[in-house]
Amino acid sequence: MPAVRRALKDILAGAIFIAFGLAFAIGALGYEVGSPLNMGPGYVPLALGIVLMGLGGLIIVKGFIAGEGEPIGDVDWRAVVLITASLLFFGITVRGLGVVVSLFIATLMAAMARSATSIREALLIAAGLTVLSILIFIVALQLRLPVIGPWIPV
Amino acid sequence: MELFENLALGLQTALSPENLLYCFIGVVLGTAVGVLPGIGPTATIALLLPITFTLEPVTALIMLAGIYYGAQYGGSTTAILINLPGETSAAVTAIDGHEMAKKGRAGPALATAAIGSFIAGTVATLVLVLFAPPLAGVALTFGSAEFFSLVVLGLIASVTLARGSTVKALAMIVLGLLFGTIGQDLYSGTPRFTFGVRELFEGINFVSVAVGLFGVAEILRNLEDEKTRHVVTKAITNLWPTREDFRRIAAPIARGTVLGSALGILPGAGHVLASFGAYSIEKRLSKHPEEFGHGTIEAVASPESANNAAAQTSFIPLLTLGLPAHPVMALMLGAFVIHGIAPGPQVIEQEPELFWGLIVSMWIGNLFLVMLNLPLIGIWVRLLTIPYKILFPAIIAFASIGTISLGLNPWHVFAIAFFGLLGYFLIKLGCEPAPLLLGFVLGPLLEDHLRRALIISRGDLSTFVNRPISAVLLAMAVAAIFIAVLPKIRRQREVVFADADEP
Repeated sequence: MPAVRRALKDILAGAIFIAFGLAFAIGALGYEVGSPLNMGPGYVPLALGIVLMGLGGLIIVKGFIAGEGEPIGDVDWRAVVLITASLLFFGITVRGLGVVVSLFIATLMAAMARSATSIREALLIAAGLTVLSILIFIVALQLRLPVIGPWIPV
Repeated sequence: MELFENLALGLQTALSPENLLYCFIGVVLGTAVGVLPGIGPTATIALLLPITFTLEPVTALIMLAGIYYGAQYGGSTTAILINLPGETSAAVTAIDGHEMAKKGRAGPALATAAIGSFIAGTVATLVLVLFAPPLAGVALTFGSAEFFSLVVLGLIASVTLARGSTVKALAMIVLGLLFGTIGQDLYSGTPRFTFGVRELFEGINFVSVAVGLFGVAEILRNLEDEKTRHVVTKAITNLWPTREDFRRIAAPIARGTVLGSALGILPGAGHVLASFGAYSIEKRLSKHPEEFGHGTIEAVASPESANNAAAQTSFIPLLTLGLPAHPVMALMLGAFVIHGIAPGPQVIEQEPELFWGLIVSMWIGNLFLVMLNLPLIGIWVRLLTIPYKILFPAIIAFASIGTISLGLNPWHVFAIAFFGLLGYFLIKLGCEPAPLLLGFVLGPLLEDHLRRALIISRGDLSTFVNRPISAVLLAMAVAAIFIAVLPKIRRQREVVFADADEP
């Protein structure tokens, strides 16, 4: 399937756009659409969703006609998973655990995203960054964030 | 003269101790973060934005502007010393700048960049002073139909001036517009696409989108294969250019400044185009074009001036029309809105102190840059030696804590992860992230003007073509698309960009 291989990048990109266009368009149908004179909340997202599906289709067609065929390249799944997990963990736990614990664990996960970093190094990096962040954001900038959260009995 | 009164007001505002201090802090922070390799001006500003939210509007914007040209300038230092440009416009400086550094002439290369940037910044600030008020005067006559068409033109023009596939860039804009609709509908109050999550009613925060697309996605790309960096640190002994150097850089700086000031006003990659264009012009005018690419001082002076002039004049569309020319300006627009100011033609009239204070502070900021960068170059070089294994967790940490501080809303942090992943995969599939951010920031504006214009015209869609200014703007947008897909111009565009990719 040389044609598919040549167009692979465009097929995937087009598919992502079509999927998002479709999702937004279907979601928009759940709100009042209205008319041009009196547009409901669904009008603009519905129109844009349809346009996005069209553009996604166009990208796929163009891929088959004039795909560049460059390889997509490997994805470093370790990095993808750990960086995402790090952000999600921080978002979920920062209010409960407080900045100190939550940020330490989150940066530890982030530091481990690079496969060449050893656990010892990652622990040092996480500890250093946590102290630095506390100094910058809590001490210097006085942001009102929970330093130690309610989940941690003191 | 009204102009002098305005400038006096600006000076008064910009020279207040507080504003002066934050301008200084902004420039220093911007340079420091901008110097760090692997993080460009957009991510820098997004990361540092939350710090400014507690300040007075004028002070916050002055500081942000300082961060912006500090980051821009820091990026060229990185480009010269380790050939790792933080963003595309510094890529040109990297070519000959790094060659100069390898020959032991890093000092003169850095000084040339600083002097060129300062002269360009000064001239471009004057351009801003002269051209912004009349342009805003024109825009004051605009109604919603005109603003709708203007935003459409701005979005489409930003695509045609960028590199890469035009259709993909258009799709990225529309995707950005769609993400912009998330949150409560302004007219009916209906929460859209929030899945019942209360925290999403206010919409997705633009800081999260920017940090995700330009910070996290970049980290994921860098982790794929870590390049070994070659830092040129040993040779920075004689900083000052020779008399011969000064003679050689005078004309290129002037040419770069003119080109940059003009192209910076264009939406999209005006500053990128300016530095690439300046490089090709110098190469064509040079008596020794074969020396280009091997450490010619002209090839540092002109693009760097063009780049900085364009950075300054790209404030014109934002301050007069409320239209961001590139992602950094989109973040500035977001910052204006957070401080309760809608950027647009009315800013000059309603907030003269802010408008003129900001402009004058840009010149002062440029002065700080020259004073700071050359003597402190040793510190910046030290920053370059921070290994990436420490740098990228630091970006994640600062991004997390910075966004959570915007109201303790965990969804702001989740959004970083989402846009980081989305951006990473889309970039791998050949889609540039900048149009998505522009679409996202301009989405609510576009919808608002569309709906208002149609209410005024009683639902008649022809209002956009019946009103002459609106019709002209839309015609320009259509023309821009045609120009982008015409094969001949496409090829030339590739040539302009390809020129700089050669080592």
